[in-house]
Amino acid sequence: MAQPASTQFFEKQSLQLLIDELRRRGYEVVGPAIDQEAIVYAEVTSVAQLPQGWTDEQSPGSYRLKRREDDAWFGFVVGPHSWKKYLFPPRTTMLSAQQTERGWEFLPPPVSAKKYAFLGVRACELAAMKVQDRVFLGGPYQDPVYRERRESLFLIAVNCTQAASTCFCTSMKTGPRCEAGFDLGLTEIATGFVVEVGTEFGATVLAACAARPATADEERRAAAGRQQAVDQITRQMPADDLPQLLLENLNHPRWQDVGERCLSCTNCTLVCPTCFCSSVTDVRDLNTGAVERERTWDSCFNPDFGDLASGPVRPQISDRYRQWLTHKLGTWHEQFGTSGCVGCGRCITWCPVGIDITEEVAAIRETTAT
Amino acid sequence: MTATAPTIAASPWTTHTARITEIIPEIEGVATYRLQSPAANSDGRYRFQPGQFNMLYLPGVGEAAFSMSGNPERPSEWIHTVRVAGNVTRTLAGLQEGDTLGVRGPFGSGWPVNHLSGLDLVIVAGGLGLAPLRPLIYQIVQNRNRFGETWLIVGARTPDVLLYSSEFDAWRQAGMDVQITVDRPSNSWMGNIGVVTAVLDRLALADASRTQLVACGPEVMMKYAALSGLRRGISADRIWVSMERNMQCAVGLCGHCQWGAAFVCKDGPVLRYDRIQPYFAVESL
Repeated sequence: MAQPASTQFFEKQSLQLLIDELRRRGYEVVGPAIDQEAIVYAEVTSVAQLPQGWTDEQSPGSYRLKRREDDAWFGFVVGPHSWKKYLFPPRTTMLSAQQTERGWEFLPPPVSAKKYAFLGVRACELAAMKVQDRVFLGGPYQDPVYRERRESLFLIAVNCTQAASTCFCTSMKTGPRCEAGFDLGLTEIATGFVVEVGTEFGATVLAACAARPATADEERRAAAGRQQAVDQITRQMPADDLPQLLLENLNHPRWQDVGERCLSCTNCTLVCPTCFCSSVTDVRDLNTGAVERERTWDSCFNPDFGDLASGPVRPQISDRYRQWLTHKLGTWHEQFGTSGCVGCGRCITWCPVGIDITEEVAAIRETTAT
Repeated sequence: MTATAPTIAASPWTTHTARITEIIPEIEGVATYRLQSPAANSDGRYRFQPGQFNMLYLPGVGEAAFSMSGNPERPSEWIHTVRVAGNVTRTLAGLQEGDTLGVRGPFGSGWPVNHLSGLDLVIVAGGLGLAPLRPLIYQIVQNRNRFGETWLIVGARTPDVLLYSSEFDAWRQAGMDVQITVDRPSNSWMGNIGVVTAVLDRLALADASRTQLVACGPEVMMKYAALSGLRRGISADRIWVSMERNMQCAVGLCGHCQWGAAFVCKDGPVLRYDRIQPYFAVESL
């Protein structure tokens, strides 16, 4: 799978050849594009759709696009979308039911022939995919939709050359460098892309864009760009002791405090690249009488998320915020062997009231209740 | 857990057609359904552990979790005792013998039958909590000499909502000490009045250090039964409860059933008390 690192280089415009080659091979290429004043992930057929010359400024509760002074094509970090949108679709049919003379019959959904090529996956996002791999593929039951899409995925990673104020991947040990798990890994410099080949298939696809070995100067400039990302990270969250810290503080007064600020709006769970909660609902076709079981994204912040017939399980917002944070940073370790958080900072940016998960943890740590 | 163990390719959403072959009214608002599913048992190797549950699916209405309540040594038919509490159960209550529905399962962890052999056992059942315990009771009375002394304490609000009361004498005959208690007696009631923990506190245990406790019923009842057991000298790793949480996928993927680190559908519903003790202490966890 992983090939010995072999650094190549191609000019900016040759990225189009890479996209064309992937499309020729039947992939839907998805990558960053601007929509409604944010950099989201969407189908990309032309490099002209990339946010060339744009960057994102992020802080608690704030996201703004700004024009850059240069023309960088990947000069931003992460936006409100994550790649889980494709691997764990927001809405998907899991089962169909039909009435026949023998009674109800149940059929699995048809296998989708769609295969994706992700263009522009950041290190924190690679880590998030590995986290979701453990969730969806690591247990006694696997999610068939995730498996199908993950297995057919072609992945082009992009190393960050800057960081937002909300980033804390270094604390979670998930970045900013893309180490493994990609077919091709790009670092953008002014004149083009320095490429690391991650897999044999990556090398095959790369052949379409006339890459040549990178020069020492190009490698040096790429390394400098990657170092800039490290240097720009300011947010920290010591994370090694969180499972125990959180288990010991389930009755801490801070939960009430954050519960008064939190709107239970579910933004954080929507933008989080590792959140995986879902619901299943029935959709009936009134003409044929056939019924489909549809899985949709859900959120532990929804008031009736955990409800039983006997009543609500987490009636207060403070209960639900505690569930989200203690799961993400604490019990996730026991369940899946890693943290659920990759330090991407999206939950901080997209919280309408600017709640900062790293600040909440620091507050609990500072005043651990006995 | 399942005889046909899930393979990498098996989807947890694979649903089989089941037919209702019998509906037995129990107490008010509660009925027992006998289901058969040739498709789910096509190789004749279907098995379930006492304590496990099936997901029953009524297309267009929804799906819900129901404990197995039948005999694990007759696994070709599934018995589910159901109380009307929401949309799915209300629709189920309107179905007739011969109707079909969907079934997935069995899921979840079972009562620790293998850890019970040779030790004494106290079974505490509150209300409908007796339903998930009945397969365990059947297993014991059908293999009596594999188990030590066994007490069954059954609690109900009133005598006329005692579930499976017609079977108590048979269980007594088979060597199980069955004690009943109610919150509110009827005029003819001659038995115990009070909570199950009061009976548990008075139980003439031979040796608490060689006794297991399993409890199933309302959460507050299980919590206090466990505390009572601890007070009697039963160790926390020999106390088991069956938790209930909102279940949708039944395989630990949708997130709804989480309680602390436990996915109640996958790590439970039967959970060992020492592993979940910290969660019981936190309200609305």
